[in-house]
Amino acid sequence: MIKDANGLIDYTEALKNQSSSELKLYVSMGTCGIAAGTTPVLNKIYQTIEEKNLKDIIDVVEVGCMGLCHSEPCICLENKETNEKVYYGNLSEEQVVQILEAKFDTELAGAKVLNKTWNTPEDEEISDQIQTRIVLRNSGVINPEKIEDYVMRDGYKALAKALTEMKPAGVVSEIELSGLRGRGGGGFPTGRKWQFAASQDADQKYLICNADEGDPGAFMDRAVLEGDPHSVLEAMVIAGYGIGADKGYIYIRAEYPLAIKRLEIAIAQAEELGFLGENILGSGFNFTIELKYGAGAFVCGEETALIHSIEGKRGEPTFKPPFPAISGLWGKPTIVNNVETFANVAAIIRNGADWFKSIGTEGSPGTKVFALAGKINKVGLVEVPMGTVLRDIIYGLGHGIVDGREFKAVQTGGPSGGCIKADKLDTPIDYESLKALGSMMGSGGMIVMDEDDCMVDIAKFFLDFTLEESCGKCTPCRIGNTRLHELLEDICSGNGTMETIEKLKTLSAAIKDTALCGLGQTSPNPVISTLNNFYDEYMQHVDRKKCPAGVCTKLVSYTINDKCVGCTLCARNCPVSCISGERKELHHIDQSKCIKCGVCYTACKFHAIDRT
Amino acid sequence: MSSCTCSKDGGCSGIEEINLIKLFPEKTSELDRYIETLNITSDIEQNRGYLIQVLHRAQGIFSYLPEDVQLHVANKLSLHLSEVYGVISFYSYFTDKPVGKYKINVCTGTACFVKGAGRILDELKRYLSIEEGETTADGKFSLGGLRCVGACSLAPVVMVNDKVYGNVTTDMVPQIINDCSE
Ligand SMILES: Cc1cc2nc3c(=O)[nH]c(=O)nc-3n(C[C@H](O)[C@H](O)[C@H](O)COP(=O)(O)O)c2cc1C
Ligand code: FES
Repeated sequence: MIKDANGLIDYTEALKNQSSSELKLYVSMGTCGIAAGTTPVLNKIYQTIEEKNLKDIIDVVEVGCMGLCHSEPCICLENKETNEKVYYGNLSEEQVVQILEAKFDTELAGAKVLNKTWNTPEDEEISDQIQTRIVLRNSGVINPEKIEDYVMRDGYKALAKALTEMKPAGVVSEIELSGLRGRGGGGFPTGRKWQFAASQDADQKYLICNADEGDPGAFMDRAVLEGDPHSVLEAMVIAGYGIGADKGYIYIRAEYPLAIKRLEIAIAQAEELGFLGENILGSGFNFTIELKYGAGAFVCGEETALIHSIEGKRGEPTFKPPFPAISGLWGKPTIVNNVETFANVAAIIRNGADWFKSIGTEGSPGTKVFALAGKINKVGLVEVPMGTVLRDIIYGLGHGIVDGREFKAVQTGGPSGGCIKADKLDTPIDYESLKALGSMMGSGGMIVMDEDDCMVDIAKFFLDFTLEESCGKCTPCRIGNTRLHELLEDICSGNGTMETIEKLKTLSAAIKDTALCGLGQTSPNPVISTLNNFYDEYMQHVDRKKCPAGVCTKLVSYTINDKCVGCTLCARNCPVSCISGERKELHHIDQSKCIKCGVCYTACKFHAIDRT
Repeated sequence: MSSCTCSKDGGCSGIEEINLIKLFPEKTSELDRYIETLNITSDIEQNRGYLIQVLHRAQGIFSYLPEDVQLHVANKLSLHLSEVYGVISFYSYFTDKPVGKYKINVCTGTACFVKGAGRILDELKRYLSIEEGETTADGKFSLGGLRCVGACSLAPVVMVNDKVYGNVTTDMVPQIINDCSE
């Protein structure tokens, strides 16, 4: 138990003075790494260290996501003396043994070496790297299940500073001055929100961390919780102190078992050391944190719905005002903030508002984490200063489009966002610029699409999602989106007319204006944005009854041309056996049986299959 | 949706009448022991706050939540059955139908979608002759979708129980199903 701020300093010093091995081996054990097969690699590492008796010179650190998802399983080898670091990726069990022998001799190691593309301003000189890590500073560097690791990286120092050197009002105004905006999607100034709750006079106030991460194709918050859970806990205590709340909840999706486990461990450790509980660091301030689990409802990411869900009710949103900061959980003033928003707080308190403002743009200070995925060469988690241009992210960090294909669009903002075209790739991104492009920041999903993606189909995909997730409480969202979906279905199946397009436009506008909550109000965005940016493609579906990307199955057909050499590969791959033909003779597709799955098209090595 | 085979005429909820609570007393007492660790009082508002976590635990124990389990939970927390059912039907994580031994879930997140998850799902439906959300007649396979599992670098992704298949193509489907019988 650490009794006060000085106790924390002594504790940190003692940890730092513990002798550590010469080498550190970081092994990426986030969900992505585990899915890609890091566990056997890790076991091999332990086995080799045991066999070769390397225990005294190598420390193995199991860390969260390093952001290098494209090259999992990956490890990082560090020399504690010289600070030299090498990242190895796409590892096999055999390679690991070789690396442990070759160490920093990358040639001898015979494994793929990865470039570090980030810079952590709290730890090192600013460099010209595209990425700047504040939120992910510890992710991939510390063992998230060890509070000692976090403390050694200035962990809970901000809490000690807030509790001993600052008044609650000072904490709130520091965050307000920093210009930090909510990373959960809306971008509302965090300090101002805290101010609302702080100024309420109530016997009980609550603080909630929104870890419901609903954007289907994004995993930033999970990476933070898996890689650095204490950064969120520390921020929540600081926020609680600022607004005068002594009870915090983390509302987390049940689909994130690893993040839940690491949070549970982190909470228990923080309680044990006295960073949570009563009389924290001798300040007289009490704060506890409890986990609450979601149960698979996207709308529960919306703050009023989330509050109802914590109360044990159906997660239906309610009209705002009153805002939760005035009347929230069980009718008490409640602040809801996103995981990534919280992950910025300790760094701001440690380094000051001016430091934070020096990163990013004037209107949107700081950084943003994006989950970069889709048709891109280097899928992964990236954290860039606000104001970075899209091109640097997609081509600089993502290494462009797979198979050298043509970039078509990038989708940001998830189901509430929109698609951005190639001619806008040089836009510096922040909350306002993305809105001006008809998209939005959202929580940070960034999906890249190429010429094989049909934009009408993409719009339909997001509406599918909204339809499934609409809580059904308000008519515009429940019925309106159903109709929108039917209109898109008409277009995709060749029944669309100019009238359908007009209806899409008017209905979208009506839903936007009349839906109850943010889910419905933003649900037509994918339709509006694709209509605006890819009108030609809609027209191809309507006028020519063709899907240029070859996605809408009702509008494509597959035929075999005379380049066919009769290799039988297509026939053998066809799941419904609708391709016939003798060996070395021209094959034929039975159109009545064809399910248009496109397997033959991808299988054929002779360009003998036409998709029209 | 499978139709109910119970003999009740009218008033049937469509839920098959197997009483899990009676059938598995040890499971029931496991659930009760969990509920006892919570601070259940006569304050219904407060009790309701525990409902979702109790249902998570109950589903973990019984694997699904038929009417008798719902009623049991309702009684324990002094809530109405209708409230409990209201919550279960709202959240997609909860199910009142039995699920297959192998839960096959295709990631339908955006990254997987653009990498062709739709085709994988179609092929699985065709191969298993069931629709999304259904279970095969032998109770072996359930087919469903799930949102981003965070392995976007491996898109498209299929999960079978806890096992992750990455970079899935339609011709991998028979193999995936085959793996399940091992
Ligand atoms: C339909 C809908 C879904 C949302 N999902 C999330 C979510 O998954 N995570 C999140 O942090 N915020 C989500 N939000 C935003 C929250 O309502 C809320 O604004 C946010 O948690 C506030 O935190 P921030 O100010 O730190 O961003 C969602 C909003 C809507 C309308
Ligand atoms: S979208 Fe499927 S794993 Fe992310």
